[in-house]
Amino acid sequence: MKDSAVLEMRGICKFFPGVRALENVDFTLREGEIHALMGENGAGKSTLIKVLTGVYPKDGGDVTLSGQPVHIKSPQDAQNKGIATVYQEITLCPNLTVAENMYIGRTSGPFTNWNKINSSAGKLLDELGIPALPTEQLGNCSIAIQQMVAIARAVDMDCKVLILDEPTSSLDEQEVQKLFNLMRDLKAKGVGIIFVTHFLEQVYEVCDRITVLRDGKLVGEYVIEDLPRVQLVSKMLGKDFDDMAEIKNDADIEKIDYNGVPVYQAINLTGTTGIKPFDFEIHKGEVNGFTGLLGSGRSESVRAIFGADRVAGGTVKIDGKEVKIRKPLDAMKHGISYLPEDRKLDGIVGDLSVRDNIILALQVMKGFFKPFSRAQAEKFADEYIKLLSIKTASQDTPIKSLSGGNQQKVILARWLLANPQYLILDEPTRGIDVGTKVEIQKLVLKLASEGKSITFISSEIDEMIRTCSRLVVMRDGKVVGELKGDDLNQNKIMATIAGGESK
Amino acid sequence: MTTDTKVQSKGSAGEFFGKIIRNQLFIPIVALTLLVIFNLISDPGFFKIALEPSSTGNLILSGNLITIIDNASELVILAIGMTLVTSASGGQDISVGATIAIAGSTVLRIVKGYAPDIPGSQFAGMIIVSFLLCVVVSALFGAFNGALVAFFKIQPMVATLILFTAGRSIAAWINNNDNISINDKRFGYFGNFIPGIPVPTPVFITIFCIIVIALVLKFTNLRLYSQSVGINASSSRLNGINPKMIKLLTFVILGVCVAVCGFIKVSRTSSITYSVIANNIEMDAILAVALGGNNLGGGKFNLTSSVLGAYVIQFLTTTLYKFKEIDSSSISAYKAVVVILLIIISSPFVRKLIEDFKNKREAAKAEAAVGKEKA
Amino acid sequence: MKKLVKMLVSSAVVAAMAFGMTACTSGGNPTTQATTKAPDETAAATTAAPADTGDGLIKVGIINNDPNESGYRTANDRDMKATFTEENGYEASFFYSLKNEDQIAAAQKFIQDEVDYLLISAAGTSGWDGVLEQAQKAGIKVILFDRTIDASEDLYEASIVSDMAKEGQQAVDWLASQNLSEYKIVHIQGVMGSSAQIGRSGALDTKVAAEANWSIVKQQTAEWSEETAQQIVQAVIDSGETFNVIYAENDNMAKGAVAALDKANISHGVGKDVIVIGFDCNTWALEELLAGNWNYDGQCNPFQASYIDNIIKNGASQKVVIMEEKGFDATTITADDVANYGI
Repeated sequence: MKDSAVLEMRGICKFFPGVRALENVDFTLREGEIHALMGENGAGKSTLIKVLTGVYPKDGGDVTLSGQPVHIKSPQDAQNKGIATVYQEITLCPNLTVAENMYIGRTSGPFTNWNKINSSAGKLLDELGIPALPTEQLGNCSIAIQQMVAIARAVDMDCKVLILDEPTSSLDEQEVQKLFNLMRDLKAKGVGIIFVTHFLEQVYEVCDRITVLRDGKLVGEYVIEDLPRVQLVSKMLGKDFDDMAEIKNDADIEKIDYNGVPVYQAINLTGTTGIKPFDFEIHKGEVNGFTGLLGSGRSESVRAIFGADRVAGGTVKIDGKEVKIRKPLDAMKHGISYLPEDRKLDGIVGDLSVRDNIILALQVMKGFFKPFSRAQAEKFADEYIKLLSIKTASQDTPIKSLSGGNQQKVILARWLLANPQYLILDEPTRGIDVGTKVEIQKLVLKLASEGKSITFISSEIDEMIRTCSRLVVMRDGKVVGELKGDDLNQNKIMATIAGGESK
Repeated sequence: MTTDTKVQSKGSAGEFFGKIIRNQLFIPIVALTLLVIFNLISDPGFFKIALEPSSTGNLILSGNLITIIDNASELVILAIGMTLVTSASGGQDISVGATIAIAGSTVLRIVKGYAPDIPGSQFAGMIIVSFLLCVVVSALFGAFNGALVAFFKIQPMVATLILFTAGRSIAAWINNNDNISINDKRFGYFGNFIPGIPVPTPVFITIFCIIVIALVLKFTNLRLYSQSVGINASSSRLNGINPKMIKLLTFVILGVCVAVCGFIKVSRTSSITYSVIANNIEMDAILAVALGGNNLGGGKFNLTSSVLGAYVIQFLTTTLYKFKEIDSSSISAYKAVVVILLIIISSPFVRKLIEDFKNKREAAKAEAAVGKEKA
Repeated sequence: MKKLVKMLVSSAVVAAMAFGMTACTSGGNPTTQATTKAPDETAAATTAAPADTGDGLIKVGIINNDPNESGYRTANDRDMKATFTEENGYEASFFYSLKNEDQIAAAQKFIQDEVDYLLISAAGTSGWDGVLEQAQKAGIKVILFDRTIDASEDLYEASIVSDMAKEGQQAVDWLASQNLSEYKIVHIQGVMGSSAQIGRSGALDTKVAAEANWSIVKQQTAEWSEETAQQIVQAVIDSGETFNVIYAENDNMAKGAVAALDKANISHGVGKDVIVIGFDCNTWALEELLAGNWNYDGQCNPFQASYIDNIIKNGASQKVVIMEEKGFDATTITADDVANYGI
């Protein structure tokens, strides 16, 4: 590792109406290092990166690139200066092809030789081992592949600074390793990499240094060897961190009456989104999970339960009584809530205030002609902002200006307010910081102990093992197993997902 | 101590100023103020209002201001509907001018069949029937547009292009292309004055419409639903809202607004010219929504702002009519220049510039504060 | 409940579509309306026709502007339809468009259909040479009506037009004959650049420039719209300026202007404060004259069909036929005039 700084940021300030997103933050990136940028939601990581890449103009401070002071005017400008970014949310164009996405905005002159571009894109994809065709439409690729294409695009731009903002949140283990290999390659070539992630293991696997932010301020910069995990977490949270391994209370699990009438029961439920008909039931106070690889049908199954997609057939019973659930409102009226997988697309209503986002579901259930009074809505919002400690300037702040984790909490608040008997949480911890992740898991268990039934889905098997008392395992749109009790361990789950008998 | 409080009050004044700038009503109010100042300078008597007997011997209010408020009525009512459609569908209905022709034609179809001197009760009955029919017809055409947008997922401008093109022909067909003129003086009451009441009737109709929509927004979830659908239809659906029905509903509401406008329009002159009635009013209505600072891409909306926008546009039109020096053929060019200026001021780009400037100042302050601490 | 809503919606859509469709066929633009061929050979044989087609009828292709354009055009179209009937020995096909290119394309189609006469009211003045030459080669005679075009006179039989300048002149002469001590005129124009606007504005502009006691208080286009005319006159009244003549270039705008006068307690008509002049002779406008509310209405004769009929059956005596135009004075107009000349 060379010691010369490729990027220096000094005294960076950024303000949003009512929020000080960054206050006098310093950040240094050296040549050929992988530098983790850590912090909770709303700590200012994303803002810092957006300032660096010219998405937001900075309101104060200086940036120097290889010793030269620079003013970054726009993302295009950042690119030209050798700062490439792969964002947390995929920012490519789904209606263009893979190759077009890799080269858009980088071709010079009015004419473009697409044949050449397609072949060079193909070469690069091969090198990186990305299973995508250059001429394939990006929207048809899985999220993981889209992410890798975004990285390929950045890699191809010969950058001095590569920013990876949550690149691994939708990749599986194998894909993550591929990405890490790639990162190490680039590091050897002298590229400085800023790595933003919530996965602590990954930080310790590839990073050299860590910069920690909290509440828009710099906490410190550390060499990785000097900062053990526990300390990192406590620095991020600003408090001591209780052990998160044992948050599940076995006594609660024993209370579940598996012989009673299930709160929700589906028999031969048939969806229209490529999943096989399946049976499912959940009891009072139970936390269950759906697991499987990306595309195994776990999300499609819970969407079918909620009526989010058209349901083709099957019988559904709530508390033993047969009901018809054809659309989300039916499910809601029967006490089912659903926190969708894609927060940005299906969860938040971006321009609406935090308050409106919180009351939305309950309001719809109450009816078109019975709006809540302003005072009532404010009371609800206040209550849940406090309950979930949502960080927002005010109730009137548009939800889109909150950080990812706080957005997720607002959506959670919305569904808790609806007071469901059965709560479905599809990837509630995706793309949010570790502190909030634990908070959400604890909340799930607390709700279960209060007698609610919960389906909890997460890509992180650890989380599922910690929270769920029963796991439904899916593969290729089919339920292939159900694990309980002692079977709930990493090996057994992996084996079931992979198929074949585990010995 | 004293300096402390002073600083604080200064800060809150700055905050107050910032709040005003960010407020959606800012642009239309500024535009109105500019027009008022401009007119006061060029003609100090511009805002004189007189109470004089009219040709029927009744006292009526007259003056530029009354004229503007009177003539803006149709535009204001349309702007209400257009704002809702914009919010829910993220697009605009460009067929309103043509459907006003249909609505007006429908009214005349009923009214022309009656002798001019039927007794009052019969007349009232006929007016009610003609108005209700016109509401039904307009709502149906609104539903037609809405269905194309909601169920067939056609972009609103394209969907409404159909009636934009065909509407005036339909209007002419309803009355067999007759050049109609209603002789009954009472028919003109709705677009002019009711004897004995000094305020133009359209003003009352407009106020009534505004009250109705305010009540609808207060006692239903129309605002929340249409904003949600406009911002994120997929998310709204997962929260139990039916986006298609909401879109359809806003188009039907616009249809009812169109019916009211059509009725006022034909009553004003007791006649109709199919090809030019409410000509280009769709553009003015869309403009009113935009001037009000509403996002034409849908989502959040502010009706007060749209209504003010509509008055601004009518103010501008009337101001231009007043000037002798302005050549007939160049009047629309003048209007365009003013509109472009207004739109630029209200654009997100300029608003952002103002905000950035504010943030920079705050940053400087923060830096100074940090410097102080260090010192 | 839900089903009911669905039903209502779908029936509304169907109704709206059906409504739209019927409207399109009857009044749409552009539409070709071909009358059905007369199957009755004997009936056809009795009518004498110089150019004999298979069934004894004269085939005419009529290209006109959209009848919805104005009351004038509506009257014109009705007159054509009433004249070129089977009873009168014609088999007529109609085409309407406000677009020159569409009209030219329709003319080509009529030539292919081998009509005997092509009757054209052109939307634009240029671009017609080619198609008229084709017609000449095919032996089809062309008669222009209402509008002239920029083409050699050899290419058409006759052109029957209104003289808009003459209409304006007649109105201005009438106004001068009123011998007011001072003329303060509010002049409301039609769509700028249209032949009616040019002709009717021209006469007034010349007169105002020539006479010291004639002045224009306000001159503005209302684009044939009554509401705009109303707003313009309202603005003049609000500004406090006085005037004693409203010169509106069509009846609808005159009506709008009068609505503004009524609102502001300004009397108008015979022997009143403001003289009202309109054009086009709509029936309702002539009735206003009869009632003494307006003072003068200038005609723009839309009834060219009889002239054309005469030319087809008897041959053209001259290339350009300028139609008789009337102007009606409120003091002399009769109920018969209203019945005969109202459109």
